[in-house]
Amino acid sequence: MTGNGMKTDGSGHDRGHDGDARPGGIDRRAFVARLLAACPEALVVTGLGSPSYDAFAAGDRDRTFYLWGAMGGATPLALGLALAQPTRPVLVVTGDGEALMGMGGLATVAAQQPANLTIVVLDNGHFGETGMQRSHTSLGTRLAEVARACGIARSDEIRSIDEVDALAARIAAREGPAFAQVFIASAEVPRALPPRDGAYLKTRFRQALGLAPM
Amino acid sequence: MTTTQPAAQPWQERIFTLLKEAGVRQVAYVPDAGHAHVIRRVQADPDMRGIVLTTEEEGVALAAGAWLGGERAVLLMQSSGVGNCVNMLSLLQSGDFPFVTLVTMRGEYAEFNPWQCPMGRATQGALELMGVAVHRASTADEVEDVVGAALDAAFRGGQRVAVLLSQRLIGRKQWVAK
Repeated sequence: MTGNGMKTDGSGHDRGHDGDARPGGIDRRAFVARLLAACPEALVVTGLGSPSYDAFAAGDRDRTFYLWGAMGGATPLALGLALAQPTRPVLVVTGDGEALMGMGGLATVAAQQPANLTIVVLDNGHFGETGMQRSHTSLGTRLAEVARACGIARSDEIRSIDEVDALAARIAAREGPAFAQVFIASAEVPRALPPRDGAYLKTRFRQALGLAPM
Repeated sequence: MTTTQPAAQPWQERIFTLLKEAGVRQVAYVPDAGHAHVIRRVQADPDMRGIVLTTEEEGVALAAGAWLGGERAVLLMQSSGVGNCVNMLSLLQSGDFPFVTLVTMRGEYAEFNPWQCPMGRATQGALELMGVAVHRASTADEVEDVVGAALDAAFRGGQRVAVLLSQRLIGRKQWVAK
């Protein structure tokens, strides 16, 4: 069980420091690269900032919709996509800041129970794009428990990259909805910038699904 | 405790029929009494899905995701919810997504609750500032044409359109027993 409110709460966060708060955290680039390689069929939505860069660095795909804004919108956007494409796995790759802004979306997902939707939060406990200010997940909020309490029963905390293959298998199985909070290192990685033209990203995504342009 | 369900007005049933005829599959909403009939009809329809939101901006993102996946969505909300959507509406412009929202108005006619008035006054301007065209249905016989025009403009013309359903059309909310 958890010990909320304790200084050392088992969440993997060092609650005392502002800087590199994740000694031993998972390498985000390696995790995302392995996850996406193991989910070639997945339709992917990435949250703004580093998760978009991670997914792009792993290899650009037509069936990835990179967000460059719309903070808090990755999960509800993916919900609309998952309901429209129920036979394909849909995967959100986002960060803790983006997930926190759209936390209500977890309840909205739970109310629909889309079996093909998985939300993966790369959690470094910080707002990485804006100067590494600590986020709520390094100040006491336990996101995987939030997701479970919202009604997403399959909700896990991932602390080792060795769990990536099991996560990929779960995504492919479409037995969700599912949520995974991945404890990543907060070390900075080089930016890898995907296309920023949203209309282009939309059109190529739809084309890859065989959908006509307007 | 029982809740009274006022009889649906014909224009409310017309909205449901228009959504269905337009092939709308996903109907996202934060409830409002003026949308209650359409929400009930959607929930009873096997080809449509009602999606209750915690905040209206989720519906903006959801509509974009539905379109990415080849389905049509609409967002039903009250005027107060338009303010919650402002930044998320950037997504629609940035991705050039079609979008339809039906907005029941508060704060503009015989309003009992003054807290509704600031956002009610700002609703049309907020939508227009964010690139959403605004149409209004003020009377029952305008509803069919205006909602139909919005659905066509979005799903045939790729536009972003809001229809404001006037508070006068919806009727006065009964605050005090007569």
